[in-house]
Amino acid sequence: MRITQGTFSFLPDLTDDQIRAQIEYCLGQGWAISLEYTDDPHPRNTYWEMFGMPMFDLRDAAGVMTEVQAARGTFPDHYIKLNAFDSTRGFETIRLSFIVNRPLHEPGFALGREEAAGRTIRYTIRPYATDRPEGGRYS
Amino acid sequence: MATANDRMATTEMADRYRAGVLKYAQMGYWRPDYEPADSDILALFRITPQDGVDPEEAAAAVAGESSTATWTVVWTDRLTAADTYRAKAYKVEPVPGSPDQYFAYVAYDLDLFEPGSIANLTASIIGNVFGFKPLKALRLEDMRFPAAYVKTFDGPPTGIVVERERLDKFGRPLLGATTKPKLGLSGRNYGRVVYEALRGGLDFTKDDENINSQPFMHWRDRFLFCMEAVNRAAAATGEVKGHYLNVTGATMEDMYERAEFAKELGSVIVMIDLVIGYTAIQSMSKWARRNDMILHLHRAGHGTYTRQKAHGVSFRVISKWMRLAGVDHIHAGTVVGKLEGDPNMVQGFYNILREPHNAVDLQRGLHFDQDWAGLRKVMPVASGGIHAGQMHQLLTYLGEDVVLQFGGGTIGHPMGIQAGATANRVALEAMVLARNEGRDIWNEGPDILAAAARDCLPLRAALDTWGEVTFDYTSTDTPDFVPTSTPA
Repeated sequence: MRITQGTFSFLPDLTDDQIRAQIEYCLGQGWAISLEYTDDPHPRNTYWEMFGMPMFDLRDAAGVMTEVQAARGTFPDHYIKLNAFDSTRGFETIRLSFIVNRPLHEPGFALGREEAAGRTIRYTIRPYATDRPEGGRYS
Repeated sequence: MATANDRMATTEMADRYRAGVLKYAQMGYWRPDYEPADSDILALFRITPQDGVDPEEAAAAVAGESSTATWTVVWTDRLTAADTYRAKAYKVEPVPGSPDQYFAYVAYDLDLFEPGSIANLTASIIGNVFGFKPLKALRLEDMRFPAAYVKTFDGPPTGIVVERERLDKFGRPLLGATTKPKLGLSGRNYGRVVYEALRGGLDFTKDDENINSQPFMHWRDRFLFCMEAVNRAAAATGEVKGHYLNVTGATMEDMYERAEFAKELGSVIVMIDLVIGYTAIQSMSKWARRNDMILHLHRAGHGTYTRQKAHGVSFRVISKWMRLAGVDHIHAGTVVGKLEGDPNMVQGFYNILREPHNAVDLQRGLHFDQDWAGLRKVMPVASGGIHAGQMHQLLTYLGEDVVLQFGGGTIGHPMGIQAGATANRVALEAMVLARNEGRDIWNEGPDILAAAARDCLPLRAALDTWGEVTFDYTSTDTPDFVPTSTPA
């Protein structure tokens, strides 16, 4: 399977040129870019690990791309996403977020069902990858 | 000892309150000298006076009947600070291009209204006055609410920013579809449509406005099957998914019961219809806030009073009331789809729902400056006769913070529902990518879609099926003010 989190997951994986163009768009809007990585792609895993601090003062797309390459070099088998943060009053949130690296093989998720009273079912989603300990899940 | 001036005033007051009938203007409801206070609530009415009724008197009558007046003089006014409580018509101007219509501006003192109650507000502003005989027709065009009044409302329980953070979806419009056929499916078959659409790439699916608890599908059955579909699709894609479970019912007790069940099943969103009424909407808003639930509002019924320009209530006013009342989603038009919607008017509604502050923008029907005082933003929903081939137009007109709902445009896809959903999602992501790259999507849109379709068979099939479908009818609710070009 292919997890489809992030803004552009239904398109073929973006090339570095395409990623650079999106970075330029974000920087042009005045947003700060940050990179995050994880090997637990549960849809409600909000806090992926931060690959360094948000790059508030880096206004150069080539510099951001260097960080993307560094993150890929360090975590080649992890999910890595690029977030663009807007500190404008009324937003103060992420405005664009897309995956720039994903493991070769994505085993997907198990859906657990616990039958409860009155036909109610309690659902739980579990990534198959998290059966293995953090750090070695996709290698 | 009384001065000459006092005597004159006393004499005037005695005349003013002598039993009998006075013109509304003479009773003090027409005040062309009045400077509206920052704390006043302002309303703009489009009035069509009966023949022989002058527009100032008609405006005064509207001010009177929507505040303190009755048809005759009452001495008990003198037991109150009547001049404060009287609404004041302070400006009347002809409507451009409509010779028998006038814009009447009315100011209301803040203390005329109960804090935080749309029911109380509307009982005055659109109460008796809309049936008033001296007017042929009356339309409430716009309102201005002072920050002090705005702050008495909780507003949207979730709002655009928090909704996106909860769903972990950023940078693009959200995608939805309404289950079709809207009536007749059993719970099990209904859930099939939900699963296929979410699995194929939509973020949300939706109950239609008239899906409640009918013989062919009781509500509990629908909720159970839909949540199976939502969870299956989430596990298959790794994304948060949702289905707007319509909790509209005959009584508040029914609605609370349905909403509680939706919560128990883990739904992220519930839905209500505008026809449940303002009080019920505010009750459900408070429930949603207590239960971390996104609240979707379907504007069922609004067309009966929003569509015709001469009489009723503009949807821009409904948009303002609903942001105050506190809903997270509201259907607000598509521009390009099958339902009424002039581009300028629709953008006016969207701006009301999404902006922190609205400046006067006559072309979009915004007659007042409105500060939303930190009230959360409502996500507009575009639904009704839209398809993947219009993606560049939708993104240009409606922007990013919107739910695009392709019902027929998903479920009617020749290769099936999943393919229909995938076509929409690919078209959307390709268009956002291209816009961010700086391309001119308005003109290059069809090329961008064609290029994306080379990698995506479902999108190619969608463009082949619906590429040429348009709904090109003249709107009835159109701007009164059009920009005039000035000579260079």
